[in-house]
Amino acid sequence: MEKKTCLSLLVENNFGVLSRISGLFARRGYNIDSLTVGTTENAKFSRITITVTGDEQILTQIKKQLNKLIDVITVIELKPEESITRELVFIKVKADDTNRNQIVEISNMFRGNIVDVARESLIVEITGTRDKIDAFFNMVEPYGILEFIRSGDTGLQRGAKVLSF
Amino acid sequence: MLASKLILKCLERENVEFVFGYPGGALLPLYEALRTSPIKHILVRNEQAGPHYASGYARESGRVGVCMATSGPGATNLVTGIATAYLDSIPIVAITGQVNRDLIGTDAFQEADITGATAPFTKHSYLVKDAADIPRIIREAFYIASTGRPGPVLIDIPRDVQLENLKTGLTYDKVDILGYKPNLNGHSGQVKRAIKKIKEAKKPVIYAGGGVLLGHAEKELMTFAEKNDMPVITSLMGIGAFPEDHPLYSGIVGSHGFEFSNFVMNDADLIINIGARMSDRGTSKLTSFEENTDFIHIDIDPAEIGKNMETTIPIVGDAKTVLNELLAKDTSGDHSKWLDEIKKIKQEHPLVYDADPPCSEMINPKVMFRSMSEMTSDDSTLVADVGLNQIWSALYYRIIRERKFFTSGGLGTMGYSIPAACGVCFATLDHPKQVFAVCGDGSFQMSMGELGVIAEHQLNVKIILITNTKLGMVRQLQCDVFGKGHYSGTDLNFDIDFMKLAEAYGIKGYKVDKNEDFNKVLPEAIKHQGPVLIQCQVHPDFIRI
Ligand SMILES: Cc1ncc(C[n+]2csc(CCOP(=O)(O)OP(=O)(O)O)c2C)c(N)n1
Ligand SMILES: [Mg+2]
Repeated sequence: MEKKTCLSLLVENNFGVLSRISGLFARRGYNIDSLTVGTTENAKFSRITITVTGDEQILTQIKKQLNKLIDVITVIELKPEESITRELVFIKVKADDTNRNQIVEISNMFRGNIVDVARESLIVEITGTRDKIDAFFNMVEPYGILEFIRSGDTGLQRGAKVLSF
Repeated sequence: MLASKLILKCLERENVEFVFGYPGGALLPLYEALRTSPIKHILVRNEQAGPHYASGYARESGRVGVCMATSGPGATNLVTGIATAYLDSIPIVAITGQVNRDLIGTDAFQEADITGATAPFTKHSYLVKDAADIPRIIREAFYIASTGRPGPVLIDIPRDVQLENLKTGLTYDKVDILGYKPNLNGHSGQVKRAIKKIKEAKKPVIYAGGGVLLGHAEKELMTFAEKNDMPVITSLMGIGAFPEDHPLYSGIVGSHGFEFSNFVMNDADLIINIGARMSDRGTSKLTSFEENTDFIHIDIDPAEIGKNMETTIPIVGDAKTVLNELLAKDTSGDHSKWLDEIKKIKQEHPLVYDADPPCSEMINPKVMFRSMSEMTSDDSTLVADVGLNQIWSALYYRIIRERKFFTSGGLGTMGYSIPAACGVCFATLDHPKQVFAVCGDGSFQMSMGELGVIAEHQLNVKIILITNTKLGMVRQLQCDVFGKGHYSGTDLNFDIDFMKLAEAYGIKGYKVDKNEDFNKVLPEAIKHQGPVLIQCQVHPDFIRI
């Protein structure tokens, strides 16, 4: 059975590490749903969050193959009950004088921010879980979505536990 | 110290004796330093052969083999050989020159992104951006190549890095790579479960792969098999892990293995896989066994377990260590009925040596390899190329006692045998032994240039060249898949005078087309100090294995 899984990686900030990881997915035919990279408390390391879809066997293989990469220090699965994950989205919605306020109101309900306003559009910035963002999309869809960008999930384990080596 | 000198000092510290290389602009500084280094440089005749030399050297000596090439075309010429080593888990380090740092990314003359190109089939690679990193990188490269599941590591060194002047020397010593901690011991809980399963098994089979050889666990395997009275089957890469003349030896599985071995595997109720990766070639003839067979899979690489086949009991660990853990417990059972059954299966699927005319009018390669087994020394090494010649030698040349058998099993790279056999010769210069390269007329021509190295160094290699004037194995496939006569692109039409070729290199040559003649010539060739080429003519229609 296919399922979506969120992996959190601690990697050494070496040259080519991202291409090694993306190359691994490409060459073994695994699909990346999203991938985010960022710095960490230690300049030598980066943290990567990858969401993938696949059956149990493929997910196990992905974890094992990632672990084989020398630059990858740790791989863990961010299980929903033990972690928080969020996605950042910018959505450019068609808006004019007749409906602008309605969109702002919806955005407020989702704790979104209006980050750009123009005569015929506005951009909403919204952060949340995938479900929340899907729900927001659903709400603003009738006004016309001009374009959007989703950052992909990023996350941390709950509690005091940290990704270490 | 000049960085180029430091590179060689680092290689010396890794006990490197030979570098199989080919120079060029981006390696000029390193070659200047080589001139006065105790490390011996062997000028291969094409970089494509370099990694194969290193591979043969590594497999024979158990040490890391080193090859080297300049930037751009030199580096890209290494690609096939690196991939070959990767698929067979052979520890080699490849050093490439690169254009100056400020030129990287500009499509400069002879610039190629070699770390990018080889990423899919290197265990790891480095682009050296700062000469101060050299000691650490070289130490790490050798450590990564040779530990855990071995494999090729590439170090790409820009020309201007080689020319840097450093105040520090060999500062870096202890390897500490956060993301690389190979696991050697077996998981004790899984070992316990395995012991229980082994005790219960009525029809167990040990399936030995290349991991047994890489882990130097041949002795432990023998003790374990004898103690438990268990038959041993090998993969193509596992040939040599268990002697062929042992009563428990039960052949080679796979699409090109023995029929009876595939039947035995199919009948087993427990397969103890030690360091074989259950590749498609290894298992394609195994059909019924998945549902009612238990699998213990011992492998040092966790990713191999469960990759190609569901495993009942996974044990991640080094073959030798895990076998010793298993040996510490009593797992023996009475398998005499099962061994009798295997005998019967063997009788029902005998090896077929006969050939009909016209094939029988020339050399019968199966008989030839059987009789060759009687004439070679107990510690000889045979390197087989790819094609029918490879399968005939794998199946019919007997690997007994200290004999070794190497081939490109995973990638099936034609042209492997000659450079790899040369690597074996270099690894044994101080204790020369019998070394054979078996190749076909197709594969020979892919590495023919290396005869120059053989002649220059008077390597004691005996080349068994099987000429059937065809790309035999592909022709066999064309016949099997599309029908007799559907041959396309598999004729080696021009009749080469291989004897003249040998003569041109000052290499002793023999040409035979009868088994009796081969039997007469081989002892002479073995006695001859130095290289010999024996051309064995086999009928083009002899395509059965
Ligand atoms: C580099 C490379 N190219 C192509 C192949 C495909 N191939 C496999 S066997 C073979 C024929 C080998 O011919 P030869 O060396 O004469 O050996 P024979 O089978 O005739 O004994 C070919 C072309 C290969 N394995 N490797
Ligand atoms: Mg041929």
